Amino acid sequence: MGVDDRKPPETPPTAAADKPSSQAPAEPLKGEVSRTDAPGAGASAAPPGAPRTEPPAPKPANIEAAVTATVSETSSATGQPTAPADPAVRAAAPAPKASGAEAAAPTAAAKAAPPAKPAPPKPPAGGAEAHVPKAAPPTGPPDPPPPADKTPPAFITTLQTAVPGGVAALSFWVGDWTIIVPVAQLLDVARRLRDAPDAAFDYLSDLTATDWPPRTEGRFDVLYMLYSTRHRHRVRLKVKVAEHQPIPSVTGVWAAANWLEREVYDMFGVNFTGHPDRRRILMPEDWQGFPERKDYPLEGPGELLMENPLDWLKLRQAREEAEIE
Amino acid sequence: MIDQVLIPLLKIVIVLNATLVAVTYMVLLERKVIAWAQSRLGPMRVGPYGVLQPIADAIKLMIKEDITPVRADKWVFTAAPIISMVPALIVYAVIPFGPTVSLFGRKVSLYITDINVGLLYIVSVASVGVYGIILAGYSSNSKYPLLASLRASAQLISYEVAVTLTLVSVILMAGSLSMVEIVNAQYNQHVWFVFAQPFAFVLVLIGGLAETNRAPFDLPEAEQELTGGFHTEYSGMRFALFFLAEYANMIVVSSVVTTLFLGGWLPPFPNVGALHLLYYVPSWTWFLIKSFLFLYLFIWIRATLPRYRYDQLMRLGWKVLIPLAILNLVVTGIVKVMLM
Amino acid sequence: METQTVHHGAMFDTNELVINMGPQHPSTHGVLRVVLRLDGEKVVDCDVVIGYLHRGIEKLSENRNWTQIVLLTDRMDYVAAATSNVGYCETVEKLLQLEVPRRARYVRTILCELQRIASHCLWVGTHAMDIGAMTVFLYAFRERELILDLFEEFCGARLTYNSMRIGGLPLDVPPGWAKKVLEFCTIMEAKVGEYEELLTHNRIWLERTKGIGIISGPEATGLGLCGPALRGSGVARDVRKDEPYAAYDEVQFDVVIGTNGDTYDRYLVRMEEFRQSLRIIRQATEGIPEGPIVGKVPRLIKPAAGETYHAIESPKGELGYFIVSDGKSTNPYRFRVRPPSFCNLQGLRRLVRGHLVADVVALIGSIDIVLGEVDR
Repeated sequence: MGVDDRKPPETPPTAAADKPSSQAPAEPLKGEVSRTDAPGAGASAAPPGAPRTEPPAPKPANIEAAVTATVSETSSATGQPTAPADPAVRAAAPAPKASGAEAAAPTAAAKAAPPAKPAPPKPPAGGAEAHVPKAAPPTGPPDPPPPADKTPPAFITTLQTAVPGGVAALSFWVGDWTIIVPVAQLLDVARRLRDAPDAAFDYLSDLTATDWPPRTEGRFDVLYMLYSTRHRHRVRLKVKVAEHQPIPSVTGVWAAANWLEREVYDMFGVNFTGHPDRRRILMPEDWQGFPERKDYPLEGPGELLMENPLDWLKLRQAREEAEIE
Repeated sequence: MIDQVLIPLLKIVIVLNATLVAVTYMVLLERKVIAWAQSRLGPMRVGPYGVLQPIADAIKLMIKEDITPVRADKWVFTAAPIISMVPALIVYAVIPFGPTVSLFGRKVSLYITDINVGLLYIVSVASVGVYGIILAGYSSNSKYPLLASLRASAQLISYEVAVTLTLVSVILMAGSLSMVEIVNAQYNQHVWFVFAQPFAFVLVLIGGLAETNRAPFDLPEAEQELTGGFHTEYSGMRFALFFLAEYANMIVVSSVVTTLFLGGWLPPFPNVGALHLLYYVPSWTWFLIKSFLFLYLFIWIRATLPRYRYDQLMRLGWKVLIPLAILNLVVTGIVKVMLM
Repeated sequence: METQTVHHGAMFDTNELVINMGPQHPSTHGVLRVVLRLDGEKVVDCDVVIGYLHRGIEKLSENRNWTQIVLLTDRMDYVAAATSNVGYCETVEKLLQLEVPRRARYVRTILCELQRIASHCLWVGTHAMDIGAMTVFLYAFRERELILDLFEEFCGARLTYNSMRIGGLPLDVPPGWAKKVLEFCTIMEAKVGEYEELLTHNRIWLERTKGIGIISGPEATGLGLCGPALRGSGVARDVRKDEPYAAYDEVQFDVVIGTNGDTYDRYLVRMEEFRQSLRIIRQATEGIPEGPIVGKVPRLIKPAAGETYHAIESPKGELGYFIVSDGKSTNPYRFRVRPPSFCNLQGLRRLVRGHLVADVVALIGSIDIVLGEVDR
């Protein structure tokens, strides 16, 4: 592996998958995914597999969901199928789910019930409410609004006036303030939070993302954990973006974002624009797919190919030949 | 016939073998001393207290695969360790281990030869050794060795200037280039040159460390930076030759320093009548003890000090050692003239 | 040597030497690869390549239940596994809004600080070794061994401890352990002086570390450096003080900061942290309260839907966990680690520019990385 000097395309390099040779990864994938998923769905006591977020979902739907998802990832420049297709699958699922879950795994359900009550004894508010839509597929974090007795810190109120539309919503949960920011205002909000003397968030603790595939208003939450070394306070920014939707890079605001954004790009395929050096960071340069997406199987094509190096070599050869052509 | 051929040959055989054995055990000594400095035991498995370790090492290195990189310059690659090793060994020809003694009714000198330009011979032969390192780095066709050989050439050349300039002041004191005469001069002048030339002693010691690539000047083989430096690509016996050459050079430097500054084979206070008892100890014993002290010092330094950086080493050489050496030379000359 | 492909797009240039340091190299502390572009021995630019130890711990954790993850956190910063354990457990406790008994919090503090000393021992050894002082390495490992013995007595393991449970401790401390910890403090106090004797005023050490890799406080903050690397630049940022966790709000200690932000200051900061850690351990061990060791933990851990970020001060810096629970499954929906080594390593490129090859190893040493944590 050499360090690659070519700049990646501005869109996530799923486009490369259009080449005929890259049908190959999809081919073993289908079979393998169903292989790994079948026992997982069958034995509910086993350690949860990748799509275990809805464990009792009917087997066929489950497999189909995984397959469509991964295929769309490797072979689609369209990129659309995931979002619309998934809710359809899931919409069918909930009905048997509620009853099926209790019947199939009564012990698990019984255990699951009591802890739900002691869990939110202290949360300020909204904890229980957030917990209500139990059977629904996870379409995003609850982002509970701050309780009435909790006034947001001053820098948030000044931010609201300084950057109109910068604060789409506010959330407070277990002591953390979260500002939900529209993509368009992200840079303005970031700069304002860094430079305003009452905020002074000069330290980007962390930058990461969360994937909520079925969500309609963009599947990714991109999160910015900010900290101020002057005021010693924290805030979290949250930006919702769709799969190929460009999101401005904050490397110009906090240099620390460089590698962190590279990692988010590497793991989720979030389309950061204006990043000085957008390459994969942890995975190899020629990796297909984005491993931390929810529709990426835990035991993915890469691992299976690595286990079977001959296949992997064949695939690589095919790709090289295609490039020569 | 016997005096002309047989005895010199016998002496050569003895010195060569003794040197090689000393070099291999030098490795063991270093490992042991450093281990003790670092609160460990060192080699303990081969023989009692690991005394057979050098033999095991030698066997290992000899039966190890000898790899020549595909893209290496094969002839130079092969020649480099030899170029490095040979000068380290032939320097022993002029090192006096003792005076002329009578042995079985025959006068035998405890050195192979005493040429009247002995010191010059040592300085010039020893500087051939650096070609081994430079060529090894060049011929490996690999980047780390290349960097190392660049470092080595710069380092050795600049330190040679300092050391040689310093040696000139010793020659001024002794009035001779012959190693035996230098020892005799120390006897005649009633003083070891370490007391007459303390500056020169320190300079030669530092320069000697640098010329033998010993810590804290072991830049050409800095393991942590250059993964072994010039011998990165060497394995088996060729690597062993480099290794032996380094230790042989260490012994050379301590022998030379002993001869020049500590009165060679002379016992302590050679002119004090009350201590005449010390003459009953064989002269070469004194020589070996003094040399051993330096070897120990070398090892001790290695266990203690961090490594210099390339530019700092150059700065030390050119901006500190060479001016000091020149100053020392000038002062020595003036004092000598005034005393005359 | 086809390594001339630095991402700057420069073709092989005869004036510059592209040299590949790692992934197998004695001074890259694991499988780090640094592609250096050299002008002579001067580093023009470098590219830090990581990912050789990527095991997908984040993804894996999203498919394991909440208690199983403790074991995975061991495998990140494997020289300070207990700190990772504590960080994870505290994050989950924060999500669960769980009260941890005081005794458990005290023991956590002791373990974290012992771990900090163990990690710093490894750091001072390898850092000194990189600069050529080999003896400190073995001295430091000698003392690290004592800490490992203490850990072994506490949890039975010497490297990957799995020493924490959500809500408290797996076991109470063994009888007589506290006394041994105090004895260790006495020994360590003297030994730190021994390391300093070998290094702090050593001329060569000073020359090798002073003025190397200077980074100003604001720049270090912007680059996201953390821990001693940030404090060395004079930024008084220490999670233990700023956002106290475990029992750090009940013990006295000082945050050590440097002034110049060079390698030497980062070295001094860590050396002083040895002493501060000992101070914390003494207070915590002497003041360890009686009481339960586990809080009211539900039988099945399943936090309510929500997300949180919680940071602790690992020996390397701010170790943060961002965990999302969907409130339904027994595994986290999203598990993210903010690895301090990763963020510190990001600063390497900025630090090495213009220095010599020999300084690269000194700088890698001075930011104290563990590749298991960088790559996860």
